[in-house]
Order: sequence, then structure tokens, then C-alpha cells
Amino acid sequence: MATPATETLDLAVKFPGAVRADTRPGFSGWVVAPEKLLEFAAFVRDELGYDYLVNLCGVDNLPEGQMEVVYNVYKTTGGPGLIFKTQAARVDPIEIPSLVSIWPGAELQEREAWDMYGIRFSDHPDLRRILMWEGFAGFPLRKDWKEAFHDEEIKPYKSRWPDGKHTYAEKRSAYGDNINFEPGFDPEKWVPTDPEEALYAALKKYKSEEKDGIKTDHIIVNMGPQHPSTHGVFRAVVILDGETVLSLKPVMGYLHRNHEKIGERNTFLHNMPYTDRLDYFNSMTNNWGYSMAVEKLMGIQVAERAEYIRVIMSELSRIQNHMILIGMLLNDLGAYFTPALYAFEERELILDIFEAVSGSRMMCNYFRFGGVVRDIDETSLRKIKDLVFDRLPRKIEEFDRLLTENEIIVSRLKGQAILTSEDAIAYSMSGPMLRAAGVPYDIRRADPYGVYDRFDFDVAVRHNCDMMDRYLIRLDEMHQSVRILEQAVRQLPEGPISSQKPSYQIKVPAGEAYGRVEGPKGELGFYVVSNGKANPWRYHVRTPSFVNLTALEKMCVGTKIADFVAILGSIDIVLGELDR
Amino acid sequence: MNGKGILKGMGVTLQRFVDTYLDDIRWWGKRYYTPEGIAHRSSTNTKGIFTIQYPEEKLPVPEEFRYKPFLLYEEGEKGEKNIRCTSCGICAKACPTQCIWIVRGTDPATGRPVPQPAGFWIDADICMSCGFCAEFCPFDAIKMDHNYEVASYTRNLMDIDELMKPVSYYAGIRPLNYAREEEARKAKEAAKAAKAAPAAG
Repeated sequence: MATPATETLDLAVKFPGAVRADTRPGFSGWVVAPEKLLEFAAFVRDELGYDYLVNLCGVDNLPEGQMEVVYNVYKTTGGPGLIFKTQAARVDPIEIPSLVSIWPGAELQEREAWDMYGIRFSDHPDLRRILMWEGFAGFPLRKDWKEAFHDEEIKPYKSRWPDGKHTYAEKRSAYGDNINFEPGFDPEKWVPTDPEEALYAALKKYKSEEKDGIKTDHIIVNMGPQHPSTHGVFRAVVILDGETVLSLKPVMGYLHRNHEKIGERNTFLHNMPYTDRLDYFNSMTNNWGYSMAVEKLMGIQVAERAEYIRVIMSELSRIQNHMILIGMLLNDLGAYFTPALYAFEERELILDIFEAVSGSRMMCNYFRFGGVVRDIDETSLRKIKDLVFDRLPRKIEEFDRLLTENEIIVSRLKGQAILTSEDAIAYSMSGPMLRAAGVPYDIRRADPYGVYDRFDFDVAVRHNCDMMDRYLIRLDEMHQSVRILEQAVRQLPEGPISSQKPSYQIKVPAGEAYGRVEGPKGELGFYVVSNGKANPWRYHVRTPSFVNLTALEKMCVGTKIADFVAILGSIDIVLGELDR
Repeated sequence: MNGKGILKGMGVTLQRFVDTYLDDIRWWGKRYYTPEGIAHRSSTNTKGIFTIQYPEEKLPVPEEFRYKPFLLYEEGEKGEKNIRCTSCGICAKACPTQCIWIVRGTDPATGRPVPQPAGFWIDADICMSCGFCAEFCPFDAIKMDHNYEVASYTRNLMDIDELMKPVSYYAGIRPLNYAREEEARKAKEAAKAAKAAPAAG
């Protein structure tokens, strides 16, 4: 099934010889020749109005001997998107022009494609590895790259049944360890290179300056990876002039496990519990994004009752996520644990519901293709009603009273770290970050999925573009979520909870699909390519935490180092999905 | 007025502070270390302290709670353990982490496969408690356990002896599921009998 409805204008006529329609069965959009890519992208952005680059990822078409880069672009005024691709022969060096000059939001995503596929983006301002470390050998998402404990090409592994005598993975490795050496590697002759060299080289232009005849050296400060404000193992290398941030580079990948490679070894169903572990606060929305992409590929409908249950679960998830975000933001600002623990009370109650319906508090694994795994029991439904109609509105209001007018919070947040609407769109920001910058773009309204078009709610938007708005927008969104929940709980229809028969072997026709949901942190997208077999050929996750960090430097430059902590807190990152 | 916002916020914390003591007085002696106290503290109209004093107190887990899988056996009359598993391998195929290892049983005389596992391992260190094995098992032979206190000093590879638990244990931890499955089984048998009866008659 075609993903987004494409432009009626025939772009192949507009760019003769350089653009052709993608006619592979199940695929849609346009294939652009690399040499015309920049021109095409500028045309799509300026003439057709697709100003918002949402997703960029590489695909290794090993059988065809070509490397592909896929771009999903949308209009910030809403509506379906446009998908275009560019292909290059799979012979190193693979060169494709960088689109950072058109959409600055491509920066981190292009670095990721370089890191994973070895696609060189010419004219990229800072093309370094991003998730793997400098000096890592090979490009792990290439189809011919194998991990250290490589078992078999695809799951289910034949070694498990019928003759599955248990062996530990390290027994299979000649070194008994999780190490992969290049053939002919000699540890005696190896000279270590400085893995930080490239990183600091990227920052060097700011290293020193001359002011009034006095040479001033700027200080490099490494925030993280072990820093309490980074919510995990995220590191930012900051160049300081006194306390003012001059430049900043995010360093990530400490939690990298190559989720996408695992996903391509897995069968379609196997991936469902793995998606729980992306943004581990919101496994319900993660499940939804993935099942939506696969449902698009399969061309199936979701059972009516399941649609409502999905809405209920993901809105509850949004409320608890925003509660925690506000609590943790206040933690970062120094209000140690009072707001955070108030937030945890509501989260606790919501997680109790998740546990009762799905069996697990955080790793819910609740969605299945065509529905959900089990119905909501009576006790949980009563609890949801109590929360929605009574407790949550009261508690959100209590948060408002506790924090919003607090003079310290206002002076720390107001007018700080401005990100204008134009920049927010250009940097591919999504979710509350985009809406706090004055762009009323919410996928639930702009490109509706599920049954969101049946509910009456407003897209929360704030226009001051500062950190205070990023805090306030979360309160607004919680109010809207409660509104949606009230309607969803009232309208919850009876009926089956899945349109499909439960099966662990799922037939997915060949094709591509991009499923996007409005996650609490921003747009969560899954780009899935199937070749008709049991495992996805390509499984890409476009995570809001990752893409939203593209604008981190933009927001931090000129602020004080202490505000970096608050800015990072207000973006709302979670390392599970940032590093994947 | 400067400081008004801070005072307003402090009012909220003061309210909470007072509520905590009021709730303690209202539930005098019964709020902590009692099942109804724990239920009250995790209900939607709770106020005051939320904390469950683990391990002295434990939150009751809901029926659908899943931890590590276990294998069910029917208790025979002479205390023998009749395992339900037929070593069909569906759980091993549905397992996302591929942590289930099964050796299919064979008849020593004929060498033919028999519906019983000769070996069954679950690498509980790798298991992600997703519950697919229990969900897709056609024989209700593998289920998810409620016991979450499984910390150990060594790696946790569970073999068939560790995995086996009686059906009565399962009926105890998941009464509703058990009743539903038994009903389905009886209905299936009744349908089978009804189908066989006219053929015989």
C-alpha cells in the first residue's frame, strides 16, 4: 500500500531525465538522480511547500547493488507528505549530496546514515560517526556486516529447535568475548588513535580568539556522559567563554545497541516488544507507531474498540510523560524532587493501569497488528474513569498552582533559549518543541491516524518560543489529553479487540510504509520496507529525541552553561530512543 | 507582588504536608503493613504518603502480570509429572530474543519424534518477559510467572526441572485465565463428542 498520497503534479516531467516515479510494487514517491537532488529538494520546499523534513534514512538494496537514501517531507500546514529517494551504486565511496543547506534538520540524520551505511554526504558541515565511535571498523547496518555474536541471518534461529541444546553466545566466539577483529589484526602492532580528535577538530574554530590585544583561550567542558542532568549517558562537549556557551557538540551512542539491525533480523512480530525499549516511558505510543507502519503495509483495518483503547492508552501515556518531564525539568533547575515525586504519584497510578491491562508497567508490549492483545478489564476501566473525570484534572491544576507563577522558575525560563518558528521547522523539531515555537503542527490533527479525527480537542500552541512556553505547553497538552480521554472513555464501543486472528507468523506484502504517531516527545516514525518475507528488509525508527537534538547547539549558543541543563531538560530526551 | 508565586506553590506543599498527617490519623494503625492500607495507598483517591515499604510490604501484582515463563505439568495420581509441552517449537519461534532452547523428544526404540521435550532451557538473563511464548502456545503449556524476585549471583539458565510447575500453581496465580481456558477446553471436548456421537449412532 502506498504510504502518503503523492503530489498530483508529475515531477518526472518537471525534471526530465533526473526524476522518475518509484514503480516498484508497494513503493511510491520519486527517485531522484543524486546530481539533481539539491535542485529537486529546493523545488519541493519552495515551490510545493513541503517545508518540513521529517525523516531521512539509508537503505541497503544489496541484491540490486545500490544504496538508497529515503526522505520523507511534509507541509507544516498539514496534509499528507511526499517521499523521495536517491540511489547510488553500492561501491565505496558512495557519494550523495547533503541536504543540510536546504533542511538543517538533516544534519544528525545524515551523520547517522553515514555511520550506519557509509554513505558520504558531500558538503555536510561535520560528517563524523555519531552512534558508533571513531575508529569503528565497518558500517553495521549494511546487509553484509555481521555482529560479533552473529548467530544466523534471520530469526527464528534454526539452532533453537528441534535440536536446541543450549550454548552460551560467547562460546561461539573464538575470543570468548564480545569482540570482532579485522582479519589479520595484530594487537602488538596496533597504534591507538585518539577517538576524540575528530570531535575536537570540529570545535577547533572556536578554540581561541584575540580580544583587545589579549589572546583568550576558550575552555572545553565535557558535560557527561556521567552527568546527572543528561538523563542517562548523553554527553555534550561545550566550548565556553567564561560561562557563556560559544559552541556545543552533542556526543551520543553510549547506549547504542543497533536496534535497527536487531529489528531486521527479527520477524515482524518480534519487533513489537523491542519497540517498548525505545522510549521506555511511552511504550504504548511506540507500539502504535510500529504497528501502524506494518498495518499500512498489510493493508488491514484496526478493530473499532481497539482504536479507542489505543487512544486511551497513548493519552494516558502522554500525561504521565509530561508529568515526569515537568518534574525532572524542575529537578534540573534545582527544585530537588518535590515536583518530581508529586509527578511520580500520578505516574504510579497510570502505570498500575498499564500493568493490569498489559502485564507490565513499562514494557507493555500491548499492541498487535489489527488491534490490541487483550481487553481492558472492568477494574482498570473504573480506575481510568476515576483518573480522567476526577483526579487528573485536579492534579494538573495543582501542578499549575505549584509551579507556573513561581518567580524563580519564571526568571530561569522566561525569554531563555529562543528557537523561532522558522528555525524549529528548518531543524525538523517535532512535538511540544515545535508547538512551543509557535507552529501548530500536531500529527493527530495534521495527518490524523487512528480515531483522532472523531475527538474534539485543540492543538496546544504557544508563541513566545522560549523555555517557559516549553514548560507551559506540556500543561496545555495534558489538559487536551484529558479532554480526549473523557470523550474516548465515554464513546468506547463494545466489540472485538482485534481484526486479525492471533498469529506469530505474519504475512506482510512487499512494499514500504512510513507510520508516524504524535508521541509525547514528538514525532515517532517507523519506516519499514518489506520484501515479502518473514523479516523486514529495512526497519528504521525516526525518534523525536534524536532529531530534536539537532537544534541543541542553536538553542544553547549565547546562554550560560547552567542553562544548558535546563534546555536539555526542556527538550525531553530519553536515551533509549536517542541512541537506539 | 514579588514572591506571591512562591508562596502559592508553598501552599500546595503545605496542603500535602497536612494531608499526609490527616490521612495517617484517619487510618490510624491500618495504613501501613496491612493489605487494605496498601490498597488504599495505590487507589485513585489516595492522599499523603504513597510509598510501599518494599520488601516489608509488597504491592499485589495484577493477574496479567508477567515475569519469566514456566512450564505446566498435570499432577498424576501417583505423583508423576505429566508435562503439557509437546515440544512443537512454537514458543521458540515466537520468542523475540531467541532465549528458548528445545530438544525434541524421540522414542529411543523407533527414533521417531514423540510429543514431549527431551530438553528445555530458558536463558532467563536474555528473556525480556514479553509473554509471546505464553500467548502463542496452542497447548497452554507455557505461562508467565508472577515471581519477580529472581536475583541471583550466577547466570540464570533455567532447565526443565526448574521450569516445571504444577497446573494448580497456575490456577492459583491466574484464576480467571485458568477458568477461561478450562471452559474453552471443555467446550472443545463437548463439540468433539457431539461430532463423534452422530457418527457412532
